[in-house]
Amino acid sequence: MKRILLLSVIIAMFAACNSGTNNSKKSDDKKSVAITAAGATFPLPFYNMIFKKYSSESGTLVTYGGIGSGGGIRSLKDRLVDFGATDAFLSESKMKDLPAEIVHIPTCLGAVVIAYNLPGYDGIKLTPDLLAGIFMGEITKWNDAKIQANNKDLIMPNKQITVVYRSDGSGTTNIFSDYMSKISTEWASEIGVGKSLNWKTGIGAKGNPGVAGTIQATEGSVGYVGSEYAFEQNIQTALLKNAAGNYIKPSIQSISASAQGDLPANTCIMLTNSSAVDAYPISGFTWLILYKEQNYNNRSFAQAEATLKLLDWVVSNEAQSSASKVNYAPLPEKAVKQAKEILRSVTFNGEVILK
Amino acid sequence: MKSDKIFKYLLFSASFLVIIVAAGMVFTLSSGAIPAFKEFGLKFIISNQWNPTEGRESYGALPFIAGTVITSVIALLLCIPLAFSTSLFIAEYFYKKRVAMFLSTMVDLLAGIPSIVYGLWGFYVLRPFIVELGLSPQGYGIFTASLILAIMIIPYATSLSSEIISMVPNDLKEAAYAMGATRLEVIFNVILPNARSGIFASFILAFGRALGETMAVTMLIGNSNIVPTGLFQTGNTMASVIANQFGEADGLKLSSLIAIGLILFVITGLINAIGKLIIKKLA
Repeated sequence: MKRILLLSVIIAMFAACNSGTNNSKKSDDKKSVAITAAGATFPLPFYNMIFKKYSSESGTLVTYGGIGSGGGIRSLKDRLVDFGATDAFLSESKMKDLPAEIVHIPTCLGAVVIAYNLPGYDGIKLTPDLLAGIFMGEITKWNDAKIQANNKDLIMPNKQITVVYRSDGSGTTNIFSDYMSKISTEWASEIGVGKSLNWKTGIGAKGNPGVAGTIQATEGSVGYVGSEYAFEQNIQTALLKNAAGNYIKPSIQSISASAQGDLPANTCIMLTNSSAVDAYPISGFTWLILYKEQNYNNRSFAQAEATLKLLDWVVSNEAQSSASKVNYAPLPEKAVKQAKEILRSVTFNGEVILK
Repeated sequence: MKSDKIFKYLLFSASFLVIIVAAGMVFTLSSGAIPAFKEFGLKFIISNQWNPTEGRESYGALPFIAGTVITSVIALLLCIPLAFSTSLFIAEYFYKKRVAMFLSTMVDLLAGIPSIVYGLWGFYVLRPFIVELGLSPQGYGIFTASLILAIMIIPYATSLSSEIISMVPNDLKEAAYAMGATRLEVIFNVILPNARSGIFASFILAFGRALGETMAVTMLIGNSNIVPTGLFQTGNTMASVIANQFGEADGLKLSSLIAIGLILFVITGLINAIGKLIIKKLA
């Protein structure tokens, strides 16, 4: 028995070596480098798709671990990864915690949609005031005069509103509460912004699937769900009145539109309540982060160059055009231009890597 | 002789390992909970504020302690009559009959079902039923969670109790019958006094399981961090809040969650200790 086991181990090892040499032969001429990255889970389906494509086309193996934004920042801080990923840009003070200067590269946009369950009542229109009233527990019935007055083409049902929120800490809650704090002073002073909140009403469910599942199983419920999940599941969503006064249905186009305005040079901006005319108001970037000076920890120039080539490709047309396949909104042209400029400021020994 | 000694040492080290693991758990829980207790002191246990928003952080465990105790007690109250009568049915009235064997197999089967399955069933069957009865507009809350907990712990209590009832010596029962006792009299004057400590132990065990149950409760209780004031209000339990918020937690919040774990550990330990004391008195 032991002998058989030993034999099979040896055979397995040979097989592994064999396949290894085969692989290296293929990519030998391209100097195989492996790139590792980790961070946000929200854009994970998008990254998985494009990194896989890049790996097979370029021969540069890219591995991405969806460990959460906090984990991504920590991994970059400890220099365990070539780049990290985060849904919230790092504040000045958080950047100071890092050993060296970093840059943010936006990769795509996502949004938070207001999902509800009222069969036969598609396309309910909500204003910021209504949204604050509902999620703070002040409006408790769907036929509340204020909701009715805003939806004159519908006869709203006499149903109790059940608010559903994320019971786990989440970037989705963060972007939602950021928007709510911008539109409602009451929300800002009583609840605030954060990954998890002190809710005044409603029930909690875990993860996007949990919230969406609870909404779908509970008539009269309303909650907030990540757009990438809501689009895939075809969930009933509300139209929101944006800062320009238009009612906007969440879609790839309207989310993308939120980044159409002027961006700060480092792209670090919360896009919620965007002033663009046809922008969906609860949208946001997700970023990749890396060190501005790439020569650290004995990294080779080849490694740094491969990392930047990959990132340059992520914001290229080819990668961006595939974002909508997995329900993310691509960067508008202006943002792509800015991202490319930022990438061209990254150096190795003080010299720009991408020319 | 030599192998006997080796075996003895083996047993000794195995049981010693259990103690080390338990002590290690208490140590890590306590050291992790220190920052929370340092910041809030006793207020951590009696405060009903759970505010994780950055800059206004304030953590109190009362909503979760209340939620855990209330749901578990209601579940136990629902469980006692049902489990007791089922175990009498299996171990006394129809002892070794086919129907009792079938029932006891079913009970054991129910005891082995993973809690997430109970949760799913509760979510898709029990909760809509509560809504249909008009007890609550959305069906989530203390009562629904207690109901699913009761259903989950009944098999435990039943399985153990019936085992213990069937162990009451036949001689005693026959002697009582010979003296002209009715069946009911035998149950209350012979079986119960003989089996009561074991039956009590089975309910303590069931209660312990209800205290620590996580998944099924999370899916039905509503996960709102308030002290429940009514049966059909939503709430949260200690195990459920830990499972929900552990992932993204750090700093003071993480310490508070660990502190809740420590409190749960202590409460479960206390209940077991009290149970053991009562069992000793009953026996």
